[in-house]
Amino acid sequence: MEKKMEEYAIIDDYLCIKMPGEVDHHGAANIRECADQLILDDKVKNIVFDFENTTFMDSSGLGIIIGRYRKISCFGGKVYAINASERIGRLLRASGMSSIIEILT
Amino acid sequence: MENENGTRQNKQFAENDICIEFDAISENEGLARVVIAAFISRVDPTLDELEDVKTAVSEAVTNAIIHGYGERGGRVVMRAHLTEENELSVEIIDRGVGIADVVQAMQPLYTSAAENERSGMGFSFMEAFMDRLEVESSIGEGTVVHMWKSFSAEEKLAPILQAAVWNSSSRV
Repeated sequence: MEKKMEEYAIIDDYLCIKMPGEVDHHGAANIRECADQLILDDKVKNIVFDFENTTFMDSSGLGIIIGRYRKISCFGGKVYAINASERIGRLLRASGMSSIIEILT
Repeated sequence: MENENGTRQNKQFAENDICIEFDAISENEGLARVVIAAFISRVDPTLDELEDVKTAVSEAVTNAIIHGYGERGGRVVMRAHLTEENELSVEIIDRGVGIADVVQAMQPLYTSAAENERSGMGFSFMEAFMDRLEVESSIGEGTVVHMWKSFSAEEKLAPILQAAVWNSSSRV
């Protein structure tokens, strides 16, 4: 699968991931691979998921977030979700994600 | 279409029924969402209702691809029906491996594919976003996920999801 590395930026020890328009199982593997490669290569501490462009997300999105949280939380890193639409913010909160990540809207 | 007051028009429609069959590959998750969205457009769903149905269908089709066929391919059938009263019924059918314990599979956070980083929230999403969900499955024969939603009822926010608060101490 094509890797769009321009969707990923490292600022200080934050990995910022621009999430696609539709977050589903189809695109999840690619996001996981790219993110995990950067986490390993650059000693990223925290992760920011940017949902600015995202209009659809199913439970695959939770899997992506939980998986990355597991990778960085043991080193004291934090996970953030930013620019989520009202619906996606609600979905993240309603599924209990706010207990492991910080949702900034 | 909305009238001047912004309320849903009470038009009378004929029953409508569609059935599509597609390869069990992940790019068809988006296809299924687009088809169901187009199919229910006549009821003028709110944006939230539309996303609810798309999300539930996406979960069911993803389950068929990942769990039913173990990502080895196969065929998924989506049947959708709208009554004259605009109640939606949608079935996602696979002829995959089947689910041994449907009750267990439907528990929030249960997943048989943890290595694949599934959240275990698929059935919870379907239950939360649709009015009713029934799952029939036989080992070796496949699974039918049947969901209903009517578009007149008041919107409810996901009590099942709220019950399934992620417990970071036990699962993460």
